[in-house]
Amino acid sequence: GSWEKRILKSLNSMCAELSIPLAQKRPVSEQKELLNKWNEMGTDEPDLSLFRPVYAPKDFLEVLMNLRNPNYENGEQPSFRNHLGLIQVPLKVKDIPELKEDFSELGLNIGQLGIDDSAQVPPEFFENEHVRVGQKVLAEQDSAAAQQYVRQGCPTALRADLWALILNISNQAEDILYYEQLKSNVIQHDLLVDSLIYKDVKLTASNDDYYFVFEDYLYQVLLCFSRDTSVLEHFTYSSATPPKSYIRGKLGMEEYAVFYPPNGVIPFHGFSMYVAPLCFLYHEPSKLYQIFREMYVRFFFRLHSISSHPSGIVSLCLLFETLLQTHLPQLFYHLREIGAQPLRISFKWMVRAFSGYLATDQLLLLWDRILGYNSLEILAVLAAAVFAFRAVNLMEVTSLAAAEAVLADLSTLKVMPLLQIFLFAT
Amino acid sequence: FRIMAGKVKWVTDIEKSVLINNFEKRGWIQVAENEDWNFYWMSVQTIRNVFSVETGYRLSDDQIVNHFPNHYELTRKDLMVKNIKRYRKELEKEGSPLAEKDENGKYIYLDFVPVTFMLPADYNLFVEEFRKNPSSTWIMKPCGKAQGKGIFLINKLSQIKKWSRDSKTSSFVSQSSKEAYVISLYINNPLLIGGKKFDLRLYVLVSTYRPLRCYMYKLGFCRFCTVKYTPSTSELDNMFVHLTNVAIQKHGDDYNHIHGGKWTVSNLRLYLESTRGKEVTNKLFDEIHWIIVQSLKAVAPVINNDKHCFECYGYDIIIDDKLKPWLIEVNASPSLTSSTANDRILKYNLINDTLNIAVPNGEIPDCKWNKSPPKDVLGNYEVLYDEEMAQSDVPDRDLRSRSGQSTGIKGNRARDSGKPILTTWK
Repeated sequence: GSWEKRILKSLNSMCAELSIPLAQKRPVSEQKELLNKWNEMGTDEPDLSLFRPVYAPKDFLEVLMNLRNPNYENGEQPSFRNHLGLIQVPLKVKDIPELKEDFSELGLNIGQLGIDDSAQVPPEFFENEHVRVGQKVLAEQDSAAAQQYVRQGCPTALRADLWALILNISNQAEDILYYEQLKSNVIQHDLLVDSLIYKDVKLTASNDDYYFVFEDYLYQVLLCFSRDTSVLEHFTYSSATPPKSYIRGKLGMEEYAVFYPPNGVIPFHGFSMYVAPLCFLYHEPSKLYQIFREMYVRFFFRLHSISSHPSGIVSLCLLFETLLQTHLPQLFYHLREIGAQPLRISFKWMVRAFSGYLATDQLLLLWDRILGYNSLEILAVLAAAVFAFRAVNLMEVTSLAAAEAVLADLSTLKVMPLLQIFLFAT
Repeated sequence: FRIMAGKVKWVTDIEKSVLINNFEKRGWIQVAENEDWNFYWMSVQTIRNVFSVETGYRLSDDQIVNHFPNHYELTRKDLMVKNIKRYRKELEKEGSPLAEKDENGKYIYLDFVPVTFMLPADYNLFVEEFRKNPSSTWIMKPCGKAQGKGIFLINKLSQIKKWSRDSKTSSFVSQSSKEAYVISLYINNPLLIGGKKFDLRLYVLVSTYRPLRCYMYKLGFCRFCTVKYTPSTSELDNMFVHLTNVAIQKHGDDYNHIHGGKWTVSNLRLYLESTRGKEVTNKLFDEIHWIIVQSLKAVAPVINNDKHCFECYGYDIIIDDKLKPWLIEVNASPSLTSSTANDRILKYNLINDTLNIAVPNGEIPDCKWNKSPPKDVLGNYEVLYDEEMAQSDVPDRDLRSRSGQSTGIKGNRARDSGKPILTTWK
């Protein structure tokens, strides 16, 4: 509601300030140039200094912190009365016994990739058989079986195909054609959001040790994505509303309303990091595009829109805070005391589904489980597990900045042992 | 209270912090060249002086240096090629299966250096080869220079007229080694990632050539060109497209100081496994290890295996789009300059692990020791080839393998540090 209005207002004012229209048709010479440069847009150096991201995760967090729902009375959720976190909407979240049941395949006595494929474990123990089963699942093209299978992790060589199977992406001729159509939209029309996309890529993925190589692919995917009106369909099951804009001079007249951008999604700072890890798996642009789009409309959109869905960001934040307050109360109180509410640190990890924070091989193991369980709750569990892992150091800090420093570098973490220990061995 | 006399005295003429910090952290004492020293990290100029007939001097048993006297047999482009050609011919003469050729007369297992000629000496042979493929591109490299200096590409004979032996200008071309060039077939189908060309830099430590004992540093890296690769002839002069030397890339417009255009070898492995499959990736890494060992075996008979010496080489390897690795050159003095923070850490650790192997226990060395460090000091090195171990088994053991066990994310799976882990019998 009002958050979306704020974003759109911000976009409109940037547009007015810079005197750049939200959309305009490109002159033919510019179209030709862009077509030539399609595979290397990263070498372009447009002047982006006047553009700012429309919002960053921390802006979004401020909004979430101020959410109140008059329909809920705190009395209905007695446990919530003692909730000391930043989220003040008493949504129902799972506790550890429920999570253990939901994520039972992550249990201590079950083989996992990310744990039982390490150098010290002979492959005969788990890995070889798991690979064999994965190959069988692929051969039979069984999507449901694939979803069950990936709960124990994907072998690197099979992951691309398994994810495509689960997401129902087959990259047929008509899919390739659709992508080419989007590409020609990009060539013909220039959108203001394009500059936001460039800026985001330049600020995030281009500086990332793992993803800088794929910079050009990110433009190719995201520019097409913003023009893809089929993405609007996800709004039917999202509580969000796509932003609308009006043809010049026709403000308020519904027959002159268009969705802006065409896919209804205004990118925020870090948005390109949803795409970046996928570049390790798919190098064919149209396939990469479809995988990303499907991941977005199934999962990622929930991370930056407000809803009461259990995988929505509000629930994830509450789940994270509740897990921490319940199972590491000393740590929670200490951090709160020194002005370092844990959610202030973990929020950005969850909004990005940990992309850019974990090493890529670990991130992919995490996203295996998102697909396998069709839920984003694992992000909240991992965030809590990270705090638990660094609890000793965190107990000694005396400021938010120091807490941030302890948690600044997650690149050496191994996610599966952390999750397993937090859920099953604490 | 430590007795000063027991501390290693060091000298260096390379003022790099990654070196000096390592010496200081061991509590070693800096001395001048003309004093009694135990460890001298020298430039290649200095090693030339130490072992030269006029200015050289005998090293005593408690003195170690970081170069072999005639390392140039491996590290000069023309001599490396000469030695490999000689090695192949010898194997052929003795009927070794390694020297087997295919129906086109190409070595099956030993064709890992692009076709190369010396100029002006082999000019006519070169012309003959050039005419077989007149549309090919060749790369001219001065024998005695590094860091990409003086390199250029040609695709027309006229561009190298002055190296013709019959040319009227040949009398001006000095026959001294400084002006000699090698000309190699340019690999114009490099494997591209994200549309970008890259090469591999791998570090290899040799502690003795006879018997051959060498170690591979697990943390090698890929160096990406900042500009999109194009084989188009109009870009032949654009060195940013073709040369991956960081010294050159650093001056390009798109050079990034956070990641420096570098990727870890484990990223490469993850990407290749995910997009190409495990078998071909393992085969590639096996082949890379193979060609390194073969290059060392090729020069082993001619290297002065002085017991005061060890050497850490920088191997440059290019992978083509059929996933075949090519040895481009070997550097005797790999750069110790750091272009990014990650780089500094890597090089610091490289020197640290190198010193742990070359100077056991950090104590005053005795060059008569058996050069067999215990497994636990290897750090990020792993045994690449140990001739002694290999020969203690079945005679052609050194050519058999446990396949697929290579460096990368999973680390080394070889159980036995002495066994050659990485060569594959094809």
